[in-house]
Amino acid sequence: MENSLLYLVAAFGIVWLALLIYAIALSSRLASLRRDLAELERDN
Amino acid sequence: MPGALIALGLVTAASMLLSLGAIFLYAPTEAVQGPVQRIFYLHLPLAYIAYLSFFLVFVCSVLYLVRGASRWDLLGRCAAEIGVLFTTLVLVTGSIWARPVWGTWWSWDARLTTTLVLWFIYLGYLMLRSYVVDERRGARYAAVIGILGFVDVPIIHQSVVWWRTLHPESVVTPPGGGAPAMPQSMLVTLLVSMLAYTLLFVWLLLLRYGLEQARLRLRELNERRQDAFGAG
Repeated sequence: MENSLLYLVAAFGIVWLALLIYAIALSSRLASLRRDLAELERDN
Repeated sequence: MPGALIALGLVTAASMLLSLGAIFLYAPTEAVQGPVQRIFYLHLPLAYIAYLSFFLVFVCSVLYLVRGASRWDLLGRCAAEIGVLFTTLVLVTGSIWARPVWGTWWSWDARLTTTLVLWFIYLGYLMLRSYVVDERRGARYAAVIGILGFVDVPIIHQSVVWWRTLHPESVVTPPGGGAPAMPQSMLVTLLVSMLAYTLLFVWLLLLRYGLEQARLRLRELNERRQDAFGAG
């Protein structure tokens, strides 16, 4: 099967990249929201 | 981020690396398809997590309609987002596998078509959440979609039995019953991968749910603050 390895690398690359970007986006957004919350709760 | 969430993230990362090691170093190369068959260890856990996500959406939708507590709606929304991401990846990995094996990126085969329909249903669910201004009404409509949309999941699962399709039949639970139709090393690799992706799902769901809760709390505090300024 020609270029079989190329398809394999593409599949794993796309999945890992997508999951990594999603996880980083969620973590950083959560961290930033928690910072804002802590600030606001301190002010209140 | 709470310590438990960080610990779960680290365990998830370790199990994902372990699954990668099992896929590339432990599992044997399949004789007919060659290296591209290893996509199976990625494709199947992704599909299983997509099913699990939509099952959770279904349960949360029923609970929301019965009990009316907003936490069920919130959890259902988070699970739907993760489900759509995983379904997208199922379609992408399936397509990449199909190109060298079937000679085409896509076929309007029953399994592929019903999976695409599932993707559209839950994309619609998320779009509805974004576009309906009245949140309670949006939550009710979404809960109905979350219940009706889940009907597609058993149809997808049975599609390879009910119709003549290009998609391979289940090798883990063969339609005729009996033991999995694969060597033990392949089965172990698959189970390790399933476990890793289940942990990833739980971690992502907790992150996503925590994010929604923090967003709601922030909005509540901001509204309270505005009211206090208004009253003053």
